[in-house]
Amino acid sequence: MASTFDTVAEIIAETCDIPRDNIKPESHAIDDLGIDSLDFLDIAFAIDKAFAIKLPLERWTQEVNDGVATTEQYFVLKNLCARIEDLVAAKGAVST
Amino acid sequence: MQLEYFRLIDRIVELDLGERTIRSEARVPLTSSIFEGHFPGHPLMPGVLLIETMAQTAGWLVIAATGFQRMPFLAAVKEAKLRSFVSPGQLLSVGAELLHDGSGYAMASANAVIDGQPVCNAELTFKVMDFPSEEFRDRMREWAERLQIPLEARAHG
Repeated sequence: MASTFDTVAEIIAETCDIPRDNIKPESHAIDDLGIDSLDFLDIAFAIDKAFAIKLPLERWTQEVNDGVATTEQYFVLKNLCARIEDLVAAKGAVST
Repeated sequence: MQLEYFRLIDRIVELDLGERTIRSEARVPLTSSIFEGHFPGHPLMPGVLLIETMAQTAGWLVIAATGFQRMPFLAAVKEAKLRSFVSPGQLLSVGAELLHDGSGYAMASANAVIDGQPVCNAELTFKVMDFPSEEFRDRMREWAERLQIPLEARAHG
């Protein structure tokens, strides 16, 4: 079974035509991989579908804009994957 | 269809929020200044306006799905295919399906047919935001009434 990171990396590679080997857990989606906000919607769509969750992009963006969070917290891939796993776990907790 | 005002839909004929689908009708006008240039002596509905017609149809679905709380803005068009010419006077039947309502965005597929024959289709991405103002929202509600969006859909949410 693929790890969360592997799944996300495959999504990014396929969606944004970025070589898979360039995508690391430490990569910042915006600063390192050059993914812009519009392209990130395609990634979010694929992640939402793959994990049956809804990434709270609006809240994250608001928090960054308000200065209460950094982009690193959400857009460095290992952090993004941790958020995804939290959302999957929370969804499982609700449904059980 | 009022091409010059970018009001491309005449009415919403079906809206199913359970299935997350919509269908509209849009008759291409017999005359328009647009046809003077596109093309002289050979009037054709511009392909970009066919895409806009699909986007407006899908957009009303997104608005209805949010209970008229939020406004979609077209952000991306993918896999757009313009399959046949559309001439003045023809009646388009335009359908859309909401594929995903994400956080601050929505994905939809849309298509149009004439007499059952495919005309165009595309995958559409919308940014979904709060209405810029209450006045704007009221105007969209008025527009929705003119389009005869089913009352139960407008009341939803």
